[in-house]
Order: sequence, then C-alpha cells, then structure tokens
Amino acid sequence: MDALNLTNGDIILEFVYLLSALLFVYGLKLLSSPDSARKGNLWAAAGMLMAMIATMVLHRDSDGGSIKGANLAIILGAIAFGGVIGAVIARRIKMTAMPQLVSFFNATGGAASALVALIEYSNPDNQSGLVTLLGLVIGSIAFSGSMIAYGKLNGNVKDIFTRWLTYINLVILAIIAALLLYILFGSTPAETKQILVYVLLAVSLVYGVSFVMPIGGADMPVVISLLNSLTGIAAAMAGFIYHNEAMILGGIFVGAAGMILTLLMCKAMNRSLINVIIGAFGGGGVAVDREKGVIKEISATDAAVMLYYSSKVVIVPGYGLAVAQAQHICSEMDELLEANGVEVKYAIHPVAGRMPGHMNVLLAEADVPYEKLVEMDEINPDMPKTDVVVVIGANDVVNPAALDDPSSPIYGMPIIKVHEARNVIVMKRGMGKGYAAIENYLFYGDNTRMFFGSAKESLQKLVTEIKAL
Amino acid sequence: MMESVLQFFYTNKEAIFIIALTIFLGLEVISNVPSVLHTPLMSGANAISGVIIIGGIILVGHADLENLTAGSNLLNLVLGIFALLFGTLNVIGGFVVTDRMLEMFKKKKKK
Repeated sequence: MDALNLTNGDIILEFVYLLSALLFVYGLKLLSSPDSARKGNLWAAAGMLMAMIATMVLHRDSDGGSIKGANLAIILGAIAFGGVIGAVIARRIKMTAMPQLVSFFNATGGAASALVALIEYSNPDNQSGLVTLLGLVIGSIAFSGSMIAYGKLNGNVKDIFTRWLTYINLVILAIIAALLLYILFGSTPAETKQILVYVLLAVSLVYGVSFVMPIGGADMPVVISLLNSLTGIAAAMAGFIYHNEAMILGGIFVGAAGMILTLLMCKAMNRSLINVIIGAFGGGGVAVDREKGVIKEISATDAAVMLYYSSKVVIVPGYGLAVAQAQHICSEMDELLEANGVEVKYAIHPVAGRMPGHMNVLLAEADVPYEKLVEMDEINPDMPKTDVVVVIGANDVVNPAALDDPSSPIYGMPIIKVHEARNVIVMKRGMGKGYAAIENYLFYGDNTRMFFGSAKESLQKLVTEIKAL
Repeated sequence: MMESVLQFFYTNKEAIFIIALTIFLGLEVISNVPSVLHTPLMSGANAISGVIIIGGIILVGHADLENLTAGSNLLNLVLGIFALLFGTLNVIGGFVVTDRMLEMFKKKKKK
C-alpha cells in the first residue's frame, strides 16, 4: 500500500502484528520453563488469534480494497472446518502417537507455506522472487519430509539405508539450486518460468522424501526438530512477500528455536548435523578386544525380590517402552515399589525415543510426576549408589562402548552409565542389536541380568510377582 | 546477477536486521530448556510456524470472486483455501495438542 493514503486501520494492523510477534517470543520464553509453560502456549495462541482477526478486518490490498464479505465468509468457513478437524485430532489422538502427530502438523504448515508461495509467484505485484521461491522449496521439503517422518513413526514407511541415496540427494539439491537460479536470473519467457516453478515444486517434494528416507531410529529426534525448523523458515519467507513482521519474526524465531533443539539432539549423540543427514556412522578406530562373558538371565521372581528390597532403583526407558506401550504398567510397578519405601527415579537420555522429549511425554501420560524424571547428566553421578537399574527397551544409550571403545560407531556419545550401578536388569525382546546394530557389552557384564520378553509382558509379570511378595 | 542480489539486500535491509536479531533472540530464549519440555516446546513452536495462515487469509481475502474464470483466479482461490485449511490445522491442532501435553505435566505436580 502507498504511504500517501495510509489509513488508521493500516497503522493499527501493523501494531497488532508487532504485538503478535512479541507474544510469540514471550509465549515461547514461558514455554521453556515447566511452571509457566501452559501459560506460554496460551499467550502464543492469543498472539496468533489477534493477528488473524486483525488481518481479516483491517488488511487492504495494493489498490486499497479491504476484504469483502463473501471472501470473509469463505475464510471463516475454511478456518472453522480446519479448526474443528485440527482440534478433534489433537484432543482424541493417543498420547503414544504424539511423535506422528507433531510430524503431521508440521507437514500441514509446510504445505501451507508452499501453497502460498506457489500462488504468490504468479502475482505480478510480487517483487520478491527469491524469497517466494525459497518459501516454495523449503515449504515443500518440510511437507514431504514430515509426511515421510510421519509414515516412519507410524510404522508405514521403512528405512532405506544405502550409500547411493546420499549421492542422489546431493544431485537433487544441485538441481534445486540450478532451477532456482535459472528461474530468477535466466532469460526465458514468463510462461516457461511458470512451468519451471512447477518442476521446482516437484523436485523439492522428491528431495523431502529422499532426504528423510535413509534417516531413522535414534536419529529421528534430530530430523523431526530439523523439519520443524524448516517450516518456521518457510513461513518467514512468505512473510517477506507480504512485508509482514509477525510472519517474519514468528517464522525465523521458530526456525532458530528448532535449529537449537536440532543441534542439542546432535550433541546428545556426539554427531554433527551433516553426519546425521548423510547417514554415516563414525567408527574406524582400533577395535578393543574384550571378553564377551556370558549372558545371565533372571527370573521374574528373582527380579521382583531384588527390586522390592532395594532402596534406590533407576528405570532407564527407551523406544522399546513406547513400542510396547508399557508406560502404564511401568508406572504401576513404580507405585508398588514406592509403597515399600523404594526410591524410584527415571533416567532420561536426550535422544531416547523418536522425538525430543519423547520419554517425558510418554511417562507423563502414565501419571509419573515429572520430578521423578532425571536428566542424564544429573543421574550419572548417582549410578554407583543405585541398587538396581532397570533398562526397558533402551540399548545404544546405555552401551559402555561409547565410553571406551574407539572402534565403536557410537564412541564419544554421552550415555547413561548404568554399568556402574550395583545391579542391572535389562528388559529386552531378544538378543537383537539396537538401531545402530552395535554389540552391547553391558549385556555380558557381571552385574547384568537379562529379562527377555516384550516390555509390557515382562513388567506385567514383575508386577504380579511384587504383589505376591 | 550480483547487482540484483545487492538490490535485494538494500530493499530488504530492515527485514534482514530483524532476522539477524531474531535468530539471536531465538538462541537466547530457547537455550537451557529442560528435556521435560522438549516435546511441548517443539509442538508449540510448530503451532507458531502456522503463522503462514495470515498469508492464506490475505490470499483468499483478496481473491476476485466475480471473475473466477479469468486467468488462474479459480485455481489460485482453490489453492488459497487449501493453504488456509492446512494453516488452520497447523495452528489450532498445534496449540491444542501442546496444551493437552502441558495439562498432563501439570496434573502430576499436585499429586
């Protein structure tokens, strides 16, 4: 709009956007501390609502026309429809399906950004070709990547793990860059460019798929927060098109926050982001020769007695707990033990599960107070004083090879030092290796006892035995 | 090409300022988040990235409903409505699910 015919409405709208942006920042700030988190979420939501309403009422196009009644009806209809579906899904979905849901909502955000960019590209008033195309590319990658992540977490998509996929990905990235530059600076008629934009959209969608495809298992938390970050950046790019501060600030802010979480997850695995994306595990050092020892099993009765008469028990949950949906029975065991005066804590590894904070959400659903969930660095010094550690469906995050075997692919990754505890009970389905397919010497340790079976059944047996004591 | 890049920087210099500062702000605000809050934080941030919904509102809001047959007006309207739908799913779903998660954390505290 022209500076000459600026109305009060335009100025108010800008102020509302500024206020919304500040509310996003304030909301996320509150979200980063447990006591104020819920309030923070509501503040951010209030900021969003304000920006939406103000846009509907006050926004004017470049000719000064405001939004007409018929258009408004369509907007409200679409929002009501999408809102009801979104709220119902969010309310009804099982807490165990949380990683999938977060990926799904992220995909919708990416899709919305890509669509807005696609439409705006053909708008003759739009002068910002570069950001429009970047929004299109990043939004599409976030969309298709998140959908693949959703499929993986839901168990519909398998990991494809091949070296050549890395090279294909690099080629696709190069094609995207070349297309982008050609559309921006090439001297082709507009009609051809419009077609190339569709090609760019398609290639970006393919890249999202091929980029997430080889990443799986323990790397999922990294990829999910990375995709989250991308959606934020895509929204910011669209914000540039409209010179909209709320969109730019909100988007970039989310992008930066997502990037931090991504790097935090990488740090928790002692790997670089590039390393995770390319899908290469480290290793290559000199192998340490060690005695394997023997696997010692424990019966449910013995395990129950051992736990019941301990004074300090630490539970280390992993993805196996989530897969078996054994969080409730785990919490039941915890309560039985606490009733006998046993101190029970949970040791949470930053990358346990399939998304950042996965174990916390899972255990919170089973009514485990969050004060009992202790982070890795805090619980490690207590390990030698712990009577029994119960490892439920976790593997690589408790593998001592990460500490002392330079040849191990996970060498250098911080772990929960359960091998230092007096006794370790490992609940495992069988002797299969973890996601990284690495031998775990913990299982052969003198103080380790194996308890084979699915986490849910094993815990059920333990609970029955403890009740009988 | 070089010129147009420089031109882009000049015309968007305020926005680039905002971005640079916002990145630092994001780093400051989010660092040191306890792992308990990783999922809600991610999902709350995800809902905020649904701010793209503003773009959807602007697009559908100024769509020319009288000349739908002209050019790609109809196509753009339909795509715009989809953008709005997806954006709303992201925003409403994201905030609601984050609230549900945090409610779970809260409930436990009283016990």
